[in-house]
Amino acid sequence: MHRVQLRAAAVGAFISCLALASASHAFCGFYVAKADTKLFNDASKVVLVRDGDRTVLTMANDYQGEPGEFAMVVPVPTVLQKEQIHVASPSLLAHLDAYTAPRLVEYHDPNPCEPRYALEDLMSAAPMRSKAEQNLPESAAADLGVTIEAEYTVGEYDILILSAEESDGLTTWLRQNDYRIPDGAEDILDSYLKQDMRFFVAKVNLGEQARLGTAKLRPLQMAFETERFGLPIRLGTVNARGTQDLFVYALTRQGRVETTNYRTTKLPSNVTIPEFVEDEFADFYRELFAEQTRKDGGTGVFLEYAWDMAWCDPCAANPLSNSELRELGVFWVGERPARTPWQGSRIAPQAANVFVTRLHVRYDAEHFPEDLQFKATADRENFQGRYVLQHAWEGSDSCQAADTYRAQLRIRREQEAQTLAELTGRDLEAIRAKMRLDGSVPAPTPWWRNLWPNS
Amino acid sequence: MRDLLRGDPRHAQIAVLSGLAIWGALALDFGTDTLTALAVVLTALATEWVGSRFRGRRFDPRSPLISALSLVLLLRADAWWLGPVAAVLAVGSKFAIQRDGKHVFNPTNIALVALLLLTDRVWISPGQWGGGALLAAALVGAACWVLPRARGDVTLAFITFWGGALVARAVWLGDPLTIPMHQLQNGGLLLFAGFMISDPKTLPDTRAGRILFAALVAALAYWLRFAHYEPDALLYALAASAVFVPAIDRALPGRRFQWPGVTTAGQQVPAPGR
Repeated sequence: MHRVQLRAAAVGAFISCLALASASHAFCGFYVAKADTKLFNDASKVVLVRDGDRTVLTMANDYQGEPGEFAMVVPVPTVLQKEQIHVASPSLLAHLDAYTAPRLVEYHDPNPCEPRYALEDLMSAAPMRSKAEQNLPESAAADLGVTIEAEYTVGEYDILILSAEESDGLTTWLRQNDYRIPDGAEDILDSYLKQDMRFFVAKVNLGEQARLGTAKLRPLQMAFETERFGLPIRLGTVNARGTQDLFVYALTRQGRVETTNYRTTKLPSNVTIPEFVEDEFADFYRELFAEQTRKDGGTGVFLEYAWDMAWCDPCAANPLSNSELRELGVFWVGERPARTPWQGSRIAPQAANVFVTRLHVRYDAEHFPEDLQFKATADRENFQGRYVLQHAWEGSDSCQAADTYRAQLRIRREQEAQTLAELTGRDLEAIRAKMRLDGSVPAPTPWWRNLWPNS
Repeated sequence: MRDLLRGDPRHAQIAVLSGLAIWGALALDFGTDTLTALAVVLTALATEWVGSRFRGRRFDPRSPLISALSLVLLLRADAWWLGPVAAVLAVGSKFAIQRDGKHVFNPTNIALVALLLLTDRVWISPGQWGGGALLAAALVGAACWVLPRARGDVTLAFITFWGGALVARAVWLGDPLTIPMHQLQNGGLLLFAGFMISDPKTLPDTRAGRILFAALVAALAYWLRFAHYEPDALLYALAASAVFVPAIDRALPGRRFQWPGVTTAGQQVPAPGR
């Protein structure tokens, strides 16, 4: 099996597969990227780079409202210097998102009457999209036991690092300064204050934004050292807007990242689903995620991707370059371009030693009372959300192999219908109707049928 | 069957651990394959056999079986052979590290801690059980079986101290009680409290000593967990506290624990101070 070439987005490259034509085994592909970026509308994206105590956090949002109305409040473990705060290019996250997205892979059955294995695969990935944080406006100084530890303008953002003696003063100060703090947030702010946390408060500096000409708000990054490997989600649950989606992209040297206080589960993957899903992959994936969350009792964290960032197979997007990784905060990779620009080899010559884990959480206060806590494991086993379309051969050739193929095809299609129903909770009859299946499966060919073909 | 389970608390423990291992493999996808699990069990039994020969004792498969099953439930590694290595460390530690005639560390605990500290190739998945009420029920049921015969007082004492600390922390922070409740439902914690800390062979000989020991483990674990955010705090706390057991026994001397029937089969060791 070897890979010839792969181009980034719209059209993929031809792949030849000389090995067995087994869908679950052959990881080769011919790709088309489908930009289903609105898969999960109300989602936040966080990149967590972690090695030892060194942590770089990147928070992206897809905020669509008035920039002047935007603000975010994030508990942080230390007072940050200006150099510890950075604004990243949104394309970085989009790239990471695309690279790690669950993917749809297509295979075509060969003509059974032709005794050769011609295999052509088609693959498309549906990256996901996010939106984040609270909505708070502008402020002035005050004296309520609140200390403005630092004040910076970084990119289009005005940033304050606040500490406070108690949450009452902090809440009052934030409200006096037109930050919309939801009811119930006070207790949580208080809890963070007692844990010696500071608050990173950011809002948009409209003048800077106009000067920089950045129409969309860019991801905010911060670099700090902490023994605490976690993500504060509690403030986000106060609004009680129902559940929210969070994507965590963890980049470590060690291996896969998992939650320690919630169960991390792999999403069902590498399953063959009906061909019609090609046109509704976004719906399929949304339903699959909802169904798996439901089955897990709403308390699970799901693994969507875990891979060494030096390669991918099949690739939903090229791996990130070293400079992209560095900008995301992966401080241990060098500046030099360690990766070949994807010419033939699936494995880059130098391992960048960066392992990415993509976790997807749908959370609310009831099922996720505690902030997420993580650990990096030594597990470097690759995992990807991968869904397979096996296109039927629709030729009209007539031979014994074709008869056998057609009989087996009906069995396979019924199986695909059942898989889809199982994964998404869709009605099996509706799926069968859509596939024009009657639910009946032909009697299996007797084992002796082909024993003496000429008799 | 009933007599078998009643005769020695270890039989019930083996049954429960096996059940958990099967449930974990079938329903929770722990990521340990059957062959590795088998290798761990066989290595533990072989190590016990060698150790027994060496120490001139009769071979008893029960204790190594418990150690092996606990390892299967807790240890995750990036190479299959680390499981058997852990089994050798676990069972070997019983024979190699002794003081006053009893082994110092819980075998599973010391094997996990040693591998966690000395390699970067193993890990524990504390979240792997989910917030399972089912698991809690299974462990409480098992505990009711095991506790009256083994040293269950330490489990109760530990859960009281640890639970009390978590609730007190939540009250101090103004957090809802759902947070400590969620923390207490952690399957790894229940397994730890139900089986690992209550290993009678490594505990102080008196009840007062055991309660003191439970308090020490809880205090250390609290410090590691909440001052240093160590996810495997309980394991480290137990291993570190075990070092103090001989001192606790000297301060509070009592009668040495023996598994039922061991006095006839194994060697009788006089308790310290007598």
